[in-house]
Amino acid sequence: MATQHSRSAARIMMAPAVFLLLVWMLVPLCMTLWFSLLDYRPMRGTFDCCEGFANYVRFATSSAFQDAILTTLIMVGGILLITVIGGIFLALLLDQPIWGQGVVRILVIAPFFVMPTVAALVWKNMFMNPVNGLLAHLWEFFGAAPVSWLTEAPLFSIIVIVAWMWLPFATLILLTAIQSLDSEQLEAAEMDGAGPLSRFGYIILPHMARAITVVILIQTIFLLSIFAEIFVTTGGGFGTRTLTYLVYQRVIESQNVGLGSAGGILAVILANFIAIFLMRIVGKNLDK
Amino acid sequence: MGRITLDKVRKAFGEVEVIPPLDLTIEDGEFVVFVGPSGCGKSTLLRLIAGLEDVSGGQIRIDGQDATGVPPARRGLAMVFQSYALYPHMSVRKNIAFPLRMAGLDAAEQTRRVEGAAEVLNLTDYLDRRPGQLSGGQRQRVAIGRAIVREPSAFLFDEPLSNLDAALRVGMRLEISELHERLKTTMIYVTHDQVEAMTMADKIVVLRAGNIEQVGSPLDLYHTPRNVFVAGFIGSPKMNLLTGPEADKRGAVTVGIRPEHIAVSADAGTWTGRVGVSEHLGSDTFFHVHLEGRSEPLTVRAGGEVSLHHGDTIHLTPDEDRMHRFDAEGLRIA
Ligand SMILES: Nc1ncnc2c1ncn2[C@@H]1O[C@H](COP(=O)(O)OP(=O)(O)OP(=O)(O)O)[C@@H](O)[C@H]1O
Ligand SMILES: [Mg+2]
Repeated sequence: MATQHSRSAARIMMAPAVFLLLVWMLVPLCMTLWFSLLDYRPMRGTFDCCEGFANYVRFATSSAFQDAILTTLIMVGGILLITVIGGIFLALLLDQPIWGQGVVRILVIAPFFVMPTVAALVWKNMFMNPVNGLLAHLWEFFGAAPVSWLTEAPLFSIIVIVAWMWLPFATLILLTAIQSLDSEQLEAAEMDGAGPLSRFGYIILPHMARAITVVILIQTIFLLSIFAEIFVTTGGGFGTRTLTYLVYQRVIESQNVGLGSAGGILAVILANFIAIFLMRIVGKNLDK
Repeated sequence: MGRITLDKVRKAFGEVEVIPPLDLTIEDGEFVVFVGPSGCGKSTLLRLIAGLEDVSGGQIRIDGQDATGVPPARRGLAMVFQSYALYPHMSVRKNIAFPLRMAGLDAAEQTRRVEGAAEVLNLTDYLDRRPGQLSGGQRQRVAIGRAIVREPSAFLFDEPLSNLDAALRVGMRLEISELHERLKTTMIYVTHDQVEAMTMADKIVVLRAGNIEQVGSPLDLYHTPRNVFVAGFIGSPKMNLLTGPEADKRGAVTVGIRPEHIAVSADAGTWTGRVGVSEHLGSDTFFHVHLEGRSEPLTVRAGGEVSLHHGDTIHLTPDEDRMHRFDAEGLRIA
């Protein structure tokens, strides 16, 4: 009785917040949906109703769209690869008893606190700049010609920047996973004749599987909407135009709100598709 | 073969010497139990033998070969941990086969040995389950299975039964004893359970603060404890230790008498006291008797059906032949 009663009371109490959240989310979504059906180009003063799915067709059939999807997948995949592998490696290192452990751990986490725009600017101007960048100096020191990172390997450069920012997150989660491993299991494996590599492969890695899937899921959701890093470094040029960035260009640069909205809706569908797919994998892993 | 010799083995964690130089020989096929109070270094000693800790000094020999610097996997020993330490993501079959797989045995041989072990340990029906789907006793058996498939020269057990309930503990105790009878392999067993030590051991090693206080068969330790510590530690309930006039009278600094060696009478005896708390176990009853001028009560054993009540006055007569006498250093006076 009591819980039943308090449950319905709780529902009433929460209603305003839920309502506000719904409005907050639904209004922009509905407006986007509505705009995506219009021929809405504010600079030209066109606001014609009921284009139907013409915007969607135009957006999806443009070659930019396919390139953008490919770029997005490469970027997200590359970042995931670096952060997961690097994260496992760093977590293993940080798990070792070392002098000044506390300080080292805080240092490793530090990049996560740097804002994306700042991080990208720092990398662009202090590391990757072909004249003054640290990497250029390093290359020169070894007698090589400095590389103009953001024009010669733009996609790779952005992947490196974003991976640098997300590595601490992966490291932190994987480190807690490693630390929760019962040390007797490792000792038992050692007595059973497993060398360091077998211990990693048979004991540590399976133990971390769950944490790894969680890292992949959370990162994917955030990485699909990378924007600042691209905007600040290449401005979407040199084949670094992701889906998010393409939508931005359609709306702001081409001033075609209808077309951009259609792209936005497609991006939402794509993101949901990936999220559901990942959730199922994670769900399977969590059940075990 | 599994003859293990510790020669002046020493272990220090930083500044703290947990095990001062210690000598011990464990014969092939023996069942040796390490007992001692918590923190006395039993687990550390076992881990030194296993190779999971490095010795700070001295030498460990297995079958005459120096094993001091040999990594754990190549010492030919198998260990069963208190927490079982099963691999949670592998089936029981894979858990048991793991050491064989690491040793690179072929699949047919692996299957043969795993199934053999499963049969011995009554695990055949559970081979395809995960450790998480087993009861505590079954998990313990898997851990033992993983140890026996390796056909080690000695087994090391670190309080393997302490996570089990009382009934299961008795069952597993018998199973391990039976296993020892069948395999005739050296076993080293750490426990702080009196009953386990007394019932299972061929040889008990009593440790205190890393020192060996006495080594001997269970009955040796029971009948002729070498010093006051062993006298008070072995036996349950504990031996009564008396100092002062009672000890002086018998030419010792401390005298000890076990609860079962005191006769109870309603009308006459050497000592007179009042009955305090009584513990009825069915077969036996233990009375705590308060003597004049002694703060600690004396524990006395009587038959199961004796009816004495709190506050009754009774007379006690110790069996003088079974009195243990100790000198000022706490050593036994023969
Ligand atoms: N890694 C370590 N570093 C420092 N001291 C340790 C370490 N391991 C054990 N010790 C110390 O060594 C002593 C012996 O520990 P050990 O675990 O061998 O005791 P034990 O006899 O097994 O006790 P218990 O019956 O409670 O298991 C303890 O005082 C403990 O604090
Ligand atoms: Mg211990």
